[in-house]
Amino acid sequence: MGMTMTQKIIAAHVGVESVKAGELVEARLDLCMSNDITSPVSADIFEQAGFDKVFNKDKVAIILDHYTPCKDIDSARLSKKARQFARKQGLTHFYDTGNVGIEHALVPEKGLAAPGEIIIGADSHTCTYGALGAFSTGVGSTDLAASWASGYSWFKVPSAIKVVLTGKPGRWVTGKDVILHLIGEIGVDGALYKSIEFTGPGVSELEMDDRFTIANMAIEAGGKNGIFPVDVKTLEYISGRVERPYQVFEPDEDAEYERVVEINLSELKNTVSMPSLPSNTRTVDEVKGTHIDQVVIGSCTNGRMKDMRIAAEIFENRRVADGIRCNIVPATQAIYLQCIEEGIMEIFVKAGCAVNTPSCGPCMGGHMGVMCEGERTISTTNRNFVGRMGHVESEIILASPAVAAASAVAGFVAGPEDIE
Amino acid sequence: MVKGRVFKFGDDVNTDVIIPARYLNDPSLENMAKHCMEDIDPEFPKQDHTGDIMVGGWNFGCGSSREHAPVSIKACGVSCVIAASFARIFYRNAINIGFPILECPEAAEEIAAGDTVSVDFETGTIIDETTGQEFKAAAFPPFIQKIIKAGGLINYRKEEGKAKNEL
Repeated sequence: MGMTMTQKIIAAHVGVESVKAGELVEARLDLCMSNDITSPVSADIFEQAGFDKVFNKDKVAIILDHYTPCKDIDSARLSKKARQFARKQGLTHFYDTGNVGIEHALVPEKGLAAPGEIIIGADSHTCTYGALGAFSTGVGSTDLAASWASGYSWFKVPSAIKVVLTGKPGRWVTGKDVILHLIGEIGVDGALYKSIEFTGPGVSELEMDDRFTIANMAIEAGGKNGIFPVDVKTLEYISGRVERPYQVFEPDEDAEYERVVEINLSELKNTVSMPSLPSNTRTVDEVKGTHIDQVVIGSCTNGRMKDMRIAAEIFENRRVADGIRCNIVPATQAIYLQCIEEGIMEIFVKAGCAVNTPSCGPCMGGHMGVMCEGERTISTTNRNFVGRMGHVESEIILASPAVAAASAVAGFVAGPEDIE
Repeated sequence: MVKGRVFKFGDDVNTDVIIPARYLNDPSLENMAKHCMEDIDPEFPKQDHTGDIMVGGWNFGCGSSREHAPVSIKACGVSCVIAASFARIFYRNAINIGFPILECPEAAEEIAAGDTVSVDFETGTIIDETTGQEFKAAAFPPFIQKIIKAGGLINYRKEEGKAKNEL
């Protein structure tokens, strides 16, 4: 029996010829990543256990992105603890306010993830790097602390769902529509414990930023990881970012998949997830006109350059509707700077959008756009759970940057065609 | 073996309702216990849950990787969680911190809120003493059992020595 792409990467990191779904293995890690919420907890666990040095100071990354710039005294204490730990360990990859970006945009941008690598992160959206053909997945703080010490982690070898992409996406259809549609099809636990392996001729029609968005939300279907084949676009992306050797893996022809889902990109419409589960999907046509109070464009899901450019295309020579607050968060400093250089920042500000410094803030109700009871946000983030962005009686609709920006202009849920 | 009163929740109980992100800026056990489940049941964290048993449906603990989620439930005094299924990061986190969880769809379906339930972790036997029903949870693989027996992943690592390349 052949292996899936994920299984092959795992086997290579265990040092064996092959692995089987369900097997428990201990695999070597290429990167351990964490943030200002999870690192301090891991640091306590690490130090209390009597561990002294991390296994490799080049393979541990700490990125202070969640409550930063620190929103209150407690969060400042968390960042301080993470900062002290990073300095004490002499970490090569430590990113603090001014240099930081949202972790899952920053790690690929800085070349810290490469095809064929295994990356764990104490953040559930670590699965993002599957877009580069890596096996990456989220873990908790204890897992991370143990891996800091050993450079290894245990995994149950996942079985897989194959998603075959065909066709070519329409004008305003992006990676977000693909992944929301998929989650709507298979449910929030449709890929529980499993890999989601994307394949098919449609892959080449997706830009890297679309693939990051899709892999990012594999966790919202319960997946262990989402992974894309490595192609010309992947190699182009990592060129100049990844200097070290890496290995490209492909699934075996006879790899076993528990389920095959086909998505014709040509037939996809702009899709949103209504409150309060990512699987509660509708096409924009079905919910057009729904009341909103706030719009958020950003996050590890949709704060990349393509997302900013699409939003700018919609905001150019238009204004955010009266009564709507629109909050844009470019995901990294490099993206922020490029927005300035391309004139995108000017478009946003002239349109009446607030533009914030890179931070996870609004997505998890941390800061920069928290809602009170009765309010509703259309957001390019990844979760619309009850209370995620504030009060338990506030609501979130998940959408692509095109739909979110069009909704900001319309003043209610709307698609890009609706405002043309 | 534990025995306790059941608090029951539904499907897809996510980490944002188990412990909302707005409280993660203070990860102390007191703060975690103070806000556990408050967005789903505001009364829950106000009560003493020493020895209680939490029962959930499918995909319990879905969402973020925050270990604060099982930590907060444990900090409330809850002795274990029984669910139809667990989201994978929650599953790992609970095992890693030495907090018992049991996967048993039948028990998750049949056990009612307020029932008295006893759980034998060695055998995976769950008995609803209120109704007399008996259930059997899936057994943990031997490696996971070793972690649980050691009291969590860190203790296991310390016992076994780090950087092992085999299980």
